[in-house]
Amino acid sequence: MLMETDDDTLARAAASGDRAAFGLLLARHYDRVLGLAFRLTGSRAEAQDLTQDICAALPAKLAQWRGEARFTTWLYRVTVNATHDLRRRQSTRSRAALGWGDWELARQDEIATQAATLDWLTEAMQRLSPELRDTVALVLGEELTQAAAGEVLGVSEGTVAWRMSEVKKRLRAMAAEDAK
Amino acid sequence: MTDELDALKAALKAIPAPDPDAKDAALRLAMENFDRLQGSTDATRLSQDRPNAAGFLNGVRRMLKTMTTRPALAATTSVAALCIGLFVAWPQLQQSWQPPLVKPKVATQAITPPAPPAQGPALAGKDDAKALGQGETAVATNTATPVTPTVPQADQPATTIATVPNPVHSNTVAPAKTPAPDTTATEQDATSLDKLAEAPATGLAAKQAPIFEKPTLAPKTSAGLAYSEPQPAPPAAALRGFAANQTASLQNAPTVAGTVAPADQGLADQSVLQPQPNTEAFSTAVPNPVHVTAEEPVSTFSVDVDTASYSVIRSSLNAGQLPPPEAVRIEEMVNYFPYNYPAPEAGGAPFTDTVTVMPTPWNPNTSLVHIALQGRMPATQDRKPLNLVFLIDTSGSMEDANKLPLLKQSFALMLPKLRPEDQIAIVAYAGNAGEVLAPTSATNRRAILGAINNLEAGGSTAGAEGLALAYQVAGQMPHDGRISRVILATDGDFNVGIDNPDDLKTFVAKEREGGTYLSVLGFGRGNLDDATMQALAQNGNGTASYIDTLAEAQKVLVDQLTGALFPIADDVKIQVEWNPAQVAEYRLIGYETRALKREDFNNDKVDAGEIGAGLQVTALYEVTAPGSPALLNDPLRYGTHTETTGSNELGFLRLRYKDPGQSVSKLIETPILPHGEASDDARFAAAIAGFGQLLQHSTYLGNWGWDQAIALATSARGPDQFGYRIEAVNLMRLAQSLSAP
Repeated sequence: MLMETDDDTLARAAASGDRAAFGLLLARHYDRVLGLAFRLTGSRAEAQDLTQDICAALPAKLAQWRGEARFTTWLYRVTVNATHDLRRRQSTRSRAALGWGDWELARQDEIATQAATLDWLTEAMQRLSPELRDTVALVLGEELTQAAAGEVLGVSEGTVAWRMSEVKKRLRAMAAEDAK
Repeated sequence: MTDELDALKAALKAIPAPDPDAKDAALRLAMENFDRLQGSTDATRLSQDRPNAAGFLNGVRRMLKTMTTRPALAATTSVAALCIGLFVAWPQLQQSWQPPLVKPKVATQAITPPAPPAQGPALAGKDDAKALGQGETAVATNTATPVTPTVPQADQPATTIATVPNPVHSNTVAPAKTPAPDTTATEQDATSLDKLAEAPATGLAAKQAPIFEKPTLAPKTSAGLAYSEPQPAPPAAALRGFAANQTASLQNAPTVAGTVAPADQGLADQSVLQPQPNTEAFSTAVPNPVHVTAEEPVSTFSVDVDTASYSVIRSSLNAGQLPPPEAVRIEEMVNYFPYNYPAPEAGGAPFTDTVTVMPTPWNPNTSLVHIALQGRMPATQDRKPLNLVFLIDTSGSMEDANKLPLLKQSFALMLPKLRPEDQIAIVAYAGNAGEVLAPTSATNRRAILGAINNLEAGGSTAGAEGLALAYQVAGQMPHDGRISRVILATDGDFNVGIDNPDDLKTFVAKEREGGTYLSVLGFGRGNLDDATMQALAQNGNGTASYIDTLAEAQKVLVDQLTGALFPIADDVKIQVEWNPAQVAEYRLIGYETRALKREDFNNDKVDAGEIGAGLQVTALYEVTAPGSPALLNDPLRYGTHTETTGSNELGFLRLRYKDPGQSVSKLIETPILPHGEASDDARFAAAIAGFGQLLQHSTYLGNWGWDQAIALATSARGPDQFGYRIEAVNLMRLAQSLSAP
């Protein structure tokens, strides 16, 4: 087996127009992006769509990658930002959806019943704020160090540490609630 | 302890395997976009066998094709039109040979006919511009109608002209964007010329082909295609650009019917499945019900000088959202405003009570009983020195601009109000934990401001005994008749060493016995633990204020500093006994979280609220006379017979308070008489109570709505020195617009 070229070299080559390098890079990281997208959104279909969007936009974005951060860190950041954007759109939509009358109310009810049957993971993740969810996905899901997660999210390592302790606290509160 | 984390980690590890089809599609799409952006480095296959330069016609065709710029087209078309015009007009000219007159006419005739053809190219030019501006979106939309795959072909003649510039666009832009060496650029330029030489349709068809194969990809493709960022931007801007592209794709999506609609539905579903998590907790209490005087003649509650609820409501409304009804505590809204109640006489009780009975604004058949307490304002020179210990939350969540930075600014505002004998200490919890500033005289402003400015948000929760440390520091400070107070500044993360909220309350209550008060300053939204803030301040004999703006900091920490820091009466309880002959039903508006049991009134062990120097406390009852059409409860057939005592008193007001530091309470008694001119202050308080009830969707208001509340508040504005009342009117207007159906 040939020696594997590292991501950053490939990315640099791809950024300057090397088609093969780009293909290799994408094939190598598709699963990773999809995994993170799933952990962030909690929905398979959504993660798949999101990953496709990211893939589609990646060539254009890669041209602006300057190599300040490692390629994987950068790719995580792109994914997290795309997810934030998705959430923002969703919240706009759900706000716009308010007040559609009875039809909407009935639909919301139905959704609420569906939500009641969601499994533990989804529930646990949904009870966390978006920031905490991002942090959990990176630290626990992707097994990044707190420093690396901080770099992806653009916050200090201390903030990540604080967020993780916050997650712990909330999980404990949830467990206590469930025990009741 | 990390069991929960382990479980979450295990659950997160189980991600679904990627769908190979979706992966293929995504990767192919990415490659297409890559090629489109870079200009493929694989040479395009030639569409003809002959060398490019061979043949005269080829040369002419190429020349014509390259000369497609607007001026060139306009010029050639005009020349052609001129020739045709001359050709048509020439016989006539020869027949009637009158040179001086006809010549100008000919000229006009010759020029006017070409106008439409001249417009033709101009239009085409516009199309070009559009095609350039929109990138390939136009093409993508065409291709996104998989139902009629023939349409693009039918359009082909029309679109060819418009799409000619596309190769020019992609090929000239790409080298500029990529940091490719110059040689590549020239190479690509060369290819672009070659491409121009070829039929543009070929290039277009080649590009379109893969999209046709996968019609479901079309909406996504449009996202991928709209990548024309104008210049190489820094990464952050690039990501934003990505966001914009994504939005663009979504906006495009609805126009592409069919395949997209279900996806939309899915998105909407997901958005509702994932509600915006909000960890705010409010002291929820059901609004006080109407009581029948014959059954419960006595109403008892503790005063409340907190103002946090009003600030929370204001911050919600200013953010464009109606506050949740449970965030509304009417007494805190009413007590937010300064009123000009009659001041107590020197040497008497520390506060006076004024009772006014006035018609209820929202119900002509009931009356409003307005109970006003005005605390004495001691001469500021005589005030006792202060020991202030600031316990500041520096956990990661405090990094927002409206939290720690606002706290620093507020602090700087407050310092000049303190006096040299006052002592200040600062304790931080979470992050840089421990005593940040040892007890320091308030005149040493450089040291104090230095310490507070060095505080940084971030860092994990240290779990230090923050609160205990703060009390310990307060204990070390000199005690010669000073007033000691711990001021907790937080966004609601009470991770101060004592985990259990009940233990926390007990702890605070114990320290209160030791003479140290506790006040809470709340900052920021989203994590605000309003319930705990309330509980802490109530048990610590302090006030809970919520600081959302610097102006609010000015009000709480500068204008009302004396009131907030100097108690003049502790454990102030209010008890009203209603006269069943005059009042059949009554309802206390607000004070739900401050209700006391009837027997607690005389029990000095039971804690209640304090009144600060110069502060006002207002309570409102809505009362209904017997026989009034507004009665909600029918009299009981077998009920107790109400004695008519002949008194015209509506009820009897009893107040109990302790002088600060004393353990035995004093009693003030006042009869409630059916008289009194409603002052502007009383009417404004009623308007604010109405505002609160509107926000709570109260059922007692009937048809009385926002318009009436706004009119009442506006008419009762009074001098309104600092604009607090007009601010409330504006908030009402905002709430009215927000709650409009």
